[in-house]
Amino acid sequence: MSHNDPSAVVAAFLQQRFPHVEIAHDEDIFALGLVNSLFALELVMFVEKTFGFTVPSDEMRIDSFRSIDAISALVDRQSATV
Amino acid sequence: MSVVGVAGAGVMGIGVTQNLAQTGHRVVLVDTEQQVLDAALQKIEAQLRMSRMLGGPAVDTAAAMALISTGVDPKALAEVDFVIENIPERWDLKRALYLEMDRICDPATVFVVNTSAIPITEFAAVTGRPEQLVGVHFMNPVPMKTAVELIAGEHTSAETVRRTRELLNAMGKKAIDVKDVCGFISNRVLMLTVNEAAFLVHQGVATAEAVDEVFRSCFGHPMGPLETADLIGVDTILHSIDVLYQHYRDSKYRPCPLLRTMANAGRHGRKSGRGFYEYGPTA
Ligand SMILES: NC(=O)c1ccc[n+]([C@@H]2O[C@H](COP(=O)([O-])OP(=O)(O)OC[C@H]3O[C@@H](n4cnc5c(N)ncnc54)[C@H](O)[C@@H]3O)[C@@H](O)[C@H]2O)c1
Repeated sequence: MSHNDPSAVVAAFLQQRFPHVEIAHDEDIFALGLVNSLFALELVMFVEKTFGFTVPSDEMRIDSFRSIDAISALVDRQSATV
Repeated sequence: MSVVGVAGAGVMGIGVTQNLAQTGHRVVLVDTEQQVLDAALQKIEAQLRMSRMLGGPAVDTAAAMALISTGVDPKALAEVDFVIENIPERWDLKRALYLEMDRICDPATVFVVNTSAIPITEFAAVTGRPEQLVGVHFMNPVPMKTAVELIAGEHTSAETVRRTRELLNAMGKKAIDVKDVCGFISNRVLMLTVNEAAFLVHQGVATAEAVDEVFRSCFGHPMGPLETADLIGVDTILHSIDVLYQHYRDSKYRPCPLLRTMANAGRHGRKSGRGFYEYGPTA
């Protein structure tokens, strides 16, 4: 699977999970109160499955998943390393 | 440190296994299908990697995974110190497994029943080791919850309770002593709440979102009853309410028909990707 624009893919996932909330790409989804530990687990699994990499332990922190932009940057960093 | 058998690799078996391994226990995890075990290991590995981020301890994932072995044959449980049993909340299934484990396991092995509602003394009656059988009602997600209900049955020995409490403490849990009645404390109350919340949706009074919003925003609960049902498993909720209804023969425990429809339709909540809500992949 190739994803030229990871942020659009992540935004679509969040939109489907939270249909009643508008989420800007730089918005802190943890601060919005949308994310509990159960959803964080889903989010990491979604990213790993969709973009086909395993999040390394130094990236496994809230900051890497804080916003659509942050996740998109994480995906870019990982694709740059393969 | 004790070697612990875990029977059933579903929602609870996965959490119990993860919790045991991350606290340094060797675990033998048994289910009926290899496919279920493979998926469970994948999920445990992912949750261990994420432990720190989710507010848990930092865990050496490889070291913890190396402590876990799996098997589809209950004979793998022959020599463990404890078996924590987490198979579905159905008396026919549980009874058959206890009969089998009683034959297979070392006479010294302690049986720990993880049940939502079935009285512990009923299990004691089908084994030849009633003193060595005890109930622990774990909370979900197991690694994140710091307390459990601990239930001594009619015949459970003080030594069994002591050893079980020691194991629970080593897992990071406080054990709250609760009497051996159907549903214990937690599910006498929680199951009625979830069932009534399901009736609100079933009768078209409110959406699941609205019900949960009231519990979160008005009462300050971290999750509403229907999100909680999706976390527990809608099938497990239905089985538990059925158990309460069978035991008390009180119509206040009649299960909401919507729960039965959802259970039959495979809308089991988070574990099936869809329940009262829809979910992304979890492993
Ligand atoms: N889900 C919860 O939140 C929760 C909380 C506390 C207690 N419980 C109780 O824990 C128990 C397990 O619940 P769950 O939610 O994990 O159920 P589940 O349906 O998610 O998993 C049950 C697992 O047991 C396996 N199984 C069935 N028969 C078996 C057998 N004979 N030997 C070995 N494995 C077998 C199934 O394949 C399945 O993987 C139930 O008694 C339930 O009431 C559940």
